[in-house]
Amino acid sequence: MGLAKRIIPCLDVDNGRVVKGVKFLDIRDAGDPVEIAKRYNDQGADEITFLDITATHENRDTTANTVEKIAEQVFIPLTVGGGIRTVHDIRRMLNAGADKVSINSAAIANPDFVREAAEHFGSQCIVVAIDLKRVSADNEAPRWEIFTHGGRRATGIDAVEFAIQMVANGAGELLLTSMDRDGTKSGFDLAATRAISDAVPVPVIASGGVGNLDHLVAGVKEGGADAVLAASIFHFGQFTVPQAKRYMAEHGIEVRL
Amino acid sequence: MSSVAVIDYGMGNLHSVASALRKIDPAARVTITSDAAEILAADRVIFPGVGAIRDCMAEILRLGIDRVVRDVIASRKPLLAICVGMQALMQFSEENDGVECLSILPGRVNFFGDALQDEHGAKLKVPHMGWNQVQQTTAHPLWQNIAQDSRFYFVHSYYVQCEQSELIAATAQYGVDINAALARDNLFAVQFHPEKSSDAGLQLLTNFLHWNGRTS
Repeated sequence: MGLAKRIIPCLDVDNGRVVKGVKFLDIRDAGDPVEIAKRYNDQGADEITFLDITATHENRDTTANTVEKIAEQVFIPLTVGGGIRTVHDIRRMLNAGADKVSINSAAIANPDFVREAAEHFGSQCIVVAIDLKRVSADNEAPRWEIFTHGGRRATGIDAVEFAIQMVANGAGELLLTSMDRDGTKSGFDLAATRAISDAVPVPVIASGGVGNLDHLVAGVKEGGADAVLAASIFHFGQFTVPQAKRYMAEHGIEVRL
Repeated sequence: MSSVAVIDYGMGNLHSVASALRKIDPAARVTITSDAAEILAADRVIFPGVGAIRDCMAEILRLGIDRVVRDVIASRKPLLAICVGMQALMQFSEENDGVECLSILPGRVNFFGDALQDEHGAKLKVPHMGWNQVQQTTAHPLWQNIAQDSRFYFVHSYYVQCEQSELIAATAQYGVDINAALARDNLFAVQFHPEKSSDAGLQLLTNFLHWNGRTS
């Protein structure tokens, strides 16, 4: 027995409300982020990720306030992402009670920002979020690229190479989201997860596409993920965190029960 | 009513420690401070730490926190060191090409290495990040009401190896044997983060708030 694989419920927060359906037009309201975070904490979630999907300048105060309220009640690690572009943004979220910040667009625009962030705050609190899509044809060797703007814009950057570079720059953890899977409930991109997990020394979180508990199991067993992140299956009561953990345990995965 | 000083030397998120203490005991007076007089006036003291050891040690020495920590230990007040706070108490850390630490406890802080494996030969990721089982190796007031092998939240790339095995209060396994907790008189040091370890962590902090600093 040793380190447990983590289950991380994710709160996508838009203007102070948890929503799901980021890439769909019918964004569903799932409720108040503080209440939801507390519920997952009570259910035994291993961490909570909070993604500010509005991430506008005016919205920063709301986000910091919400993070502060969550941190007063939830005593498990809390990661905050969305609009983290400067050292000041990071300090603000850590001061509000976040344990880690997730850097996305800013890492692509300026890879040295990740180095600066890790030097300032330590790698342990710097997560780089990588949004990727498979760009190779089915009969070719698999290749994935980094995408931005909710998966609409290709960057031409190879996802595995980018992951290696981000870790060299000081990222302590990677959050991989398959943009062609997100919201589809068809499961993680297991090949991409495995390729990146094998290529880097740091923990990897699989995300994007979870529709059932077998997907979580596959993320760990086939994808080699150290943690699995999901949103909708928990928000709308399809499964609870303990159900997910028991299912993973039944399939031979070490979890914190 | 009890007062707790959380030593602030500019490294890391001290609010989570403070808010966990306030949650446990709303009447507790919790101060986050680098002021020696304020720290020494508190009933009990927490020495946290997050980040790279060189920066931590530089700030500890610049602010005179090294002397304060020694004074707290000499005063017999309960002192809880967390994560890099624990590592700073050792003699030497391999991090940042080697950094001399406070030499309050005997032993070193070593890197997990790039070729860390579990007992089945599978690659282990570094940092050691997540919930691992903690084996209590000695009876101690801080373990009260915490089940053997309870999981606590760890996040670190360097681990403590104490030279005096009788000081080890808990171990954890991650490719190597980690000193998860060390205890000596009024000092208790943990590698994991009790403030982020849910019920088990809150119980340990509760025990700390009730601890008189004696081991029996």
